[in-house]
Amino acid sequence: MKEFGYQRADDVSGAVALLAADPDARFLGGGTNLVDLMKTGVERPTRLVDIRGLPLDTVEETADGGLRIGATVTNSDLAAHPGVRRRYPALAQAVLAGASGQLRNMATVGGNLLQRTRCGYFTDLSKPCNKRAPGSGCSAVTGEHHNHAVLGASDHCVAVHPSDMGVALAAFDAVVRYETLDGPGGTPAAGELPLADFYLPVGDTPHRETALPPGALITGVTLPPAPVAARSRYRKVRERASYAFAIGSVAAALGIEDGVVTEARLAFGAVASRPWRAHAAEAVLTGAPAAGDTFAAAADAELAAARPLPDNGYKVTLMRNLAVAVLTELAEEAAR
Amino acid sequence: MAPAPSSTSSAVTLNINGEQHQLTVDHRTTLLDALRERLDLTGTKKGCDHGQCGACTVLVDGRRAVSCLNLAVAAEGREITTIEGMAEGGQLHPVQQAFLDLDGYQCGYCTPGQICSAIAVIEEHAAGWPSAATDDVRPEAGPPALTPDEIRERMSGNLCRCGAYVSIVQAVTRAAEDHEAAAREDDRAETVKGAAA
Repeated sequence: MKEFGYQRADDVSGAVALLAADPDARFLGGGTNLVDLMKTGVERPTRLVDIRGLPLDTVEETADGGLRIGATVTNSDLAAHPGVRRRYPALAQAVLAGASGQLRNMATVGGNLLQRTRCGYFTDLSKPCNKRAPGSGCSAVTGEHHNHAVLGASDHCVAVHPSDMGVALAAFDAVVRYETLDGPGGTPAAGELPLADFYLPVGDTPHRETALPPGALITGVTLPPAPVAARSRYRKVRERASYAFAIGSVAAALGIEDGVVTEARLAFGAVASRPWRAHAAEAVLTGAPAAGDTFAAAADAELAAARPLPDNGYKVTLMRNLAVAVLTELAEEAAR
Repeated sequence: MAPAPSSTSSAVTLNINGEQHQLTVDHRTTLLDALRERLDLTGTKKGCDHGQCGACTVLVDGRRAVSCLNLAVAAEGREITTIEGMAEGGQLHPVQQAFLDLDGYQCGYCTPGQICSAIAVIEEHAAGWPSAATDDVRPEAGPPALTPDEIRERMSGNLCRCGAYVSIVQAVTRAAEDHEAAAREDDRAETVKGAAA
């Protein structure tokens, strides 16, 4: 590991100023991904600015029925929060489906959004990787890619975003709040990015992952009210029963009246470089009978854009079956 | 502690098992390496060193965490509890005793991490935290029973390559039952005391 400086940030503006003064510095939250990447040499920061002491560690239930989640709230606290479990149960389920109890106690909401892919070539410094070393090539396209992207990828990168939490946040229209300097040497200013615009398209710049301004600090996530989310589910498929990254996951919520879908939220995980909001599927669902045929047609509509590689075509079938199963469960729950 | 920004090491005071330890650490030093290599607290074990096996589990401010991904410099000001700090007055912690009584190990290398994790699992469950094995996470559903499925899920961050999982689950089950019985006994004593007052 390369040597680095360490400082604790006293307040948000101080943290942002420290990073602005040193572009090779990184914010340290739980460290569950960053410290590991420093050990492998993928990340080589000049200094760490520890933000865990910042007053960004609360979950507030807003009067309109939404939530304001601070960036340093741990995964454990988020999943245990009664307001999360009541208003967005799929979000609690998604968080609980990720990592282990130890890691959830450390990991933070802001860090979760910014965690890097677990593509094996990204962390293998001896192999080409456009995300780690722009222009070096993608080893996965012709190599090991059974758990890589089938949606929204490019010839330059087929890595998937590993977050479970993010899939539920995408389904519920989360907005990322951040603080940045309004120009070089400027004063701190707050900004917002809908999660839908937070992750950049892969294209030929897979190393550029988010639309956050350089040096910006995520201060929190806002969930707008979504009454439909009170009946929502997250289901994750992985290669062992627990403590593994997804090979496919679904976050879903269904509003149903008189047997007809009035509102649908659907997002897929482990299929793209970002949590994948399934707008095409939602369009098929809305206004259609809440029945198996509809659910299958909705999944097919979303997956029509899938471009699988030789060894990950199973994901298209898996996601179709997974989406149908979760939507069917939600419809049955609504009928009870 | 106020290191100059350019400095790559810091003098820190670490609170471990109730004792203050002063040492200067290179910022690259993990809490795990500080415990084992600097403070001779070798009960905490290094397995994968990448947060994937749980052998290095300790409690940080009462919550379980992997010490291999915690930096020692960032642990200043926190209460660290390692396996060496679990026994009280020569008496093993009930979870330690349960692992002994029920053979919750074979080679023993993962055991300190398993025990630290199990102690936290019992506390997390008592606090009403759901898990990925919980059918209904909504608060109205109430806390889930700590079934073997719940224990396996909650302990999944601790790998045991000997495969002692069956007896680990039995040990955690017994320790959790004893913990709940003790909590009920405390409640009853409080009630009696309240009625007498």
